Amino acid sequence: MNEPTADLNHPQLPRRPLGPPLSEPSCWHDIRVTVNGAPVCAQVESRLLLVDFLRHRLGLTGTHVGCEQGSCGACTILVDGVGVRSCLTLAVQADGSDVRTVESLAESGELNRLQRAFHEEHGMQCGFCTPGILMSMTALEESSEVIDDDAIMEHLGGNLCRCTGYVNIRNAARRACLRERSRPVDEGADRDA
Amino acid sequence: MTPEEEGPAPFIGRSIPRVEDDRLLRGQGRFIDDLQIEGMLEVAFLRSPVAHARIHEVDLTAAAGLPGVVAVYNAAALVGRVEPLLNSEELRIPEGIRSTIDPVVRIQPMPLLASGEVNYVGQAIAMVVAESRYLAEDALEVIDVRYDELPAVIDPEAALEEGSPRVLLEAEDNIGIHLEHGTGDVDQALRSAAVIVEDTFASQRYVPSPMECRGIVAHRDPFSGRLTVWSNTQTPHRVRGHIASCLGLPADDVHVVAVDVGGGFGQKGILVVEELLIPLVAQDLGRPVRWTEDRQENLTAGSHAREQIHHITAAADESGRLLAVRDRFVVNLGARNMVGLVVPYNSLCHLIGPYRVPNVQIEATGALTNTMFTSPYRGAGRPEATFAMERIMDRLAAKLEMEPAELRARNVVTPQEMPYQTGLLDRRGLTQQYDSGDYPEMLDRAVKMIDLPRVRTEQQKARVDGRYVGVGFAMYLEATALGPFEGAKVSVLPSGRIRIHTGAPSQGQGHRTTFVQIAADALGVEMGEIELVAGDTATIPFGVGTIASRALVTAENAIHQAAVLVRQRILDSAAELMEVDPADLEIADNQVVVKGSPGSAMSLAELMRAIPMTQGGSGRDGLSEVSYFQPPNYATSSGLHAVVVEVQPATGRVEILDYVVVHEAGRIVNPQIADAQIVGGTAQGIGGALLEHMQYDEAGQPVTSTFMDYRLPTVDTVPDIRLAEVVCPSPTNALGVKGLGEGGAVGPPAALANAVEDALSPFGVVIHSCPLTPDRLWALLRAGRATER
Repeated sequence: MNEPTADLNHPQLPRRPLGPPLSEPSCWHDIRVTVNGAPVCAQVESRLLLVDFLRHRLGLTGTHVGCEQGSCGACTILVDGVGVRSCLTLAVQADGSDVRTVESLAESGELNRLQRAFHEEHGMQCGFCTPGILMSMTALEESSEVIDDDAIMEHLGGNLCRCTGYVNIRNAARRACLRERSRPVDEGADRDA
Repeated sequence: MTPEEEGPAPFIGRSIPRVEDDRLLRGQGRFIDDLQIEGMLEVAFLRSPVAHARIHEVDLTAAAGLPGVVAVYNAAALVGRVEPLLNSEELRIPEGIRSTIDPVVRIQPMPLLASGEVNYVGQAIAMVVAESRYLAEDALEVIDVRYDELPAVIDPEAALEEGSPRVLLEAEDNIGIHLEHGTGDVDQALRSAAVIVEDTFASQRYVPSPMECRGIVAHRDPFSGRLTVWSNTQTPHRVRGHIASCLGLPADDVHVVAVDVGGGFGQKGILVVEELLIPLVAQDLGRPVRWTEDRQENLTAGSHAREQIHHITAAADESGRLLAVRDRFVVNLGARNMVGLVVPYNSLCHLIGPYRVPNVQIEATGALTNTMFTSPYRGAGRPEATFAMERIMDRLAAKLEMEPAELRARNVVTPQEMPYQTGLLDRRGLTQQYDSGDYPEMLDRAVKMIDLPRVRTEQQKARVDGRYVGVGFAMYLEATALGPFEGAKVSVLPSGRIRIHTGAPSQGQGHRTTFVQIAADALGVEMGEIELVAGDTATIPFGVGTIASRALVTAENAIHQAAVLVRQRILDSAAELMEVDPADLEIADNQVVVKGSPGSAMSLAELMRAIPMTQGGSGRDGLSEVSYFQPPNYATSSGLHAVVVEVQPATGRVEILDYVVVHEAGRIVNPQIADAQIVGGTAQGIGGALLEHMQYDEAGQPVTSTFMDYRLPTVDTVPDIRLAEVVCPSPTNALGVKGLGEGGAVGPPAALANAVEDALSPFGVVIHSCPLTPDRLWALLRAGRATER
């Protein structure tokens, strides 16, 4: 196990499990992850779920837990650019990864195009499933695949919403993401390897 | 009232974008599980793994000794401290119903933790309080309980048979409810009828399944001594009352706050044992405590809904005019009767829906079974009744060889007959009266939108090609604006901004937008100057909540009333200070301005600062008014779903080709939000029609306890839905509004079942229940083919 280096420590965050821990110290692991662009270095118990690490250790409560069974998609985040169910992922599995949550989307302070589309199309009601849907669509948007209606439907297929009936979600996703060819160069071109 | 003729366009009726979205899109919602209080403990429950048993020796010793465990509770720990749970508000029997119908209503209060007997899988037996949920769940593993299993009864009709094992040993039998109600003389009408059809139509068991499960946080603040409870409830004031009486506290010392709520649909509208236990633990330990339900708990031990079996008979003359309807139905109440008459009576008084039926006889029985208890879920008895009525209408049309739309046209109540009295008693025990509506127009619109003649032609052509297309209609009414009241407090703040308080919180309906639209119109100020706080009991003394399609009607009328008063107070106070006549003043840009001389103005902030210095100022609470609105009658909304499907006989797969909803809900405050409510409700109904089915095995084990088995609609289940609107403003309130939250969910099972049966009519298939899954349809097709030969 690598000894974490001090310069990676986020000053605000508890580096160690707060007592009483969830397991014996022999089952603790040092992890280094980048969360929404900031380096985080922490010790986590082996059984700590990634979603609990994000929500309760880092205070990033925008990622929601809807089922803990991997079927509703509310906890979807990006790990190294790929949509992942954080309720079925252990925190230790994220070691060395780049993790992004809904809190990263409005980077400039303004809502991004995808977020705006959900507002404009009324693609949300209670808003509980919304972060997971936004992250699923962000994964699609940043991918190099052709984003046609089939791709949108497939990527939305893993997210449950109980309020909207999906019609406005589909409309919002189409408005924000639909593109026939590869994405314009000015946006996220660095991701198209 | 709204500003004068030349004033700005009113906000009511406009699709104002939602003000709540920004926060939620940034991941800055504050749902129950997002609250973080220093030192907070977490709770996990040990729940019964068997459907019916005597329980002995709930031994907590080992659990209490595990790391991080702070406290453990079983029923013995609560003896003499708390009473079993009763949803007292829902259990009241209105005087008119008691004196006229005299129903049997037996209530079985729910012990907070099971004592001596468990009677459904999921019933709470013990509670562990620990430093984290992980550690609390660890401790559940070592709690020792001995179960002596008893026979379990799952089927509601079997439960009513003589000699059936008792579902609950302490109950005298398995009957929770029994009542009969009607009008006219059904027997005589049946004797003179040209056509009589009878059949059995059942609605399956559903789980409301909001995306956020239940949750509650409680904390006694050492500074104020008050107990603060954050709950994702739809009815915070009711929760306050129950917690206070459970813990023996004055209601003023219990402060309940509904934070962001991730969908409710009725499941969060009734009190549950956890809502009493968590505050109790917080009082005991003096530390903040949280319980967050997990999905398996929600699917098995969160309230269920809908399960009803209707044996219905309809009689008509040779032209198809309805003469009589008789319905005998059984409601599966589950392990206990938790909400009294609410659902069965709602089914009863919505059964005949938009139709003129001179003779009606309805018998309702509520059966106890060893399953999770059932409670209102979006529609609350209406979808079940509509399924029975709209199915029998199509059976009647088939027997008469009449177009189902035409049969409906011959029987709907016309606008000229409004207000229309059915001859029955409504939920309040008063004469049931539909306030307004235009059912012939709705039918006409729907028939035109789906182009019925074209669909019929194509249906014939398709059959030649071996394709099976069908069309189905479902009409329903929705008595909205349940009383007894809702309140609003409208205040001008020191900054000159306006804040509204009401008891009806939002679970996604967008109250911060729609309620503010109404206030902005009444006050004559911009929406951006007004904010809404809903569901905080410290800010308004009384409230009911957001259930039963009532919030918009009751809360918005209360807001309107209070805002009108505040506007007048603003004008009067400013007139006194500015030494002018109030009639010469108007409110513009958050200022009080002398009409025609924009130079003489006083901002609301200046006005607020000046009021304490005025002569009358000491007798007034600034510029603030509280108003309560009591609806004088139900505002009757209505809807019509028309759907065209294609069914593949080889696989039983149903494809929706066209889905049209025509709705009528009075004056619409925000069309975009209203439409989305209709679509969202319709999607839930489609889920029930095609996928959702909460199932138990014969031993009472829930077998659909994950979202892999309890199948919610996904993005490709729900088609684009075409909407049309008919507007009949309600005469029951000043705004002319009606509720519409539940309506969408009422129509789909009936409409889709009618369409599928129509598509499969060459095979002689009759649909008696949903969901219309491929395997169930395939089995029906096989049976139909067999009888054909």
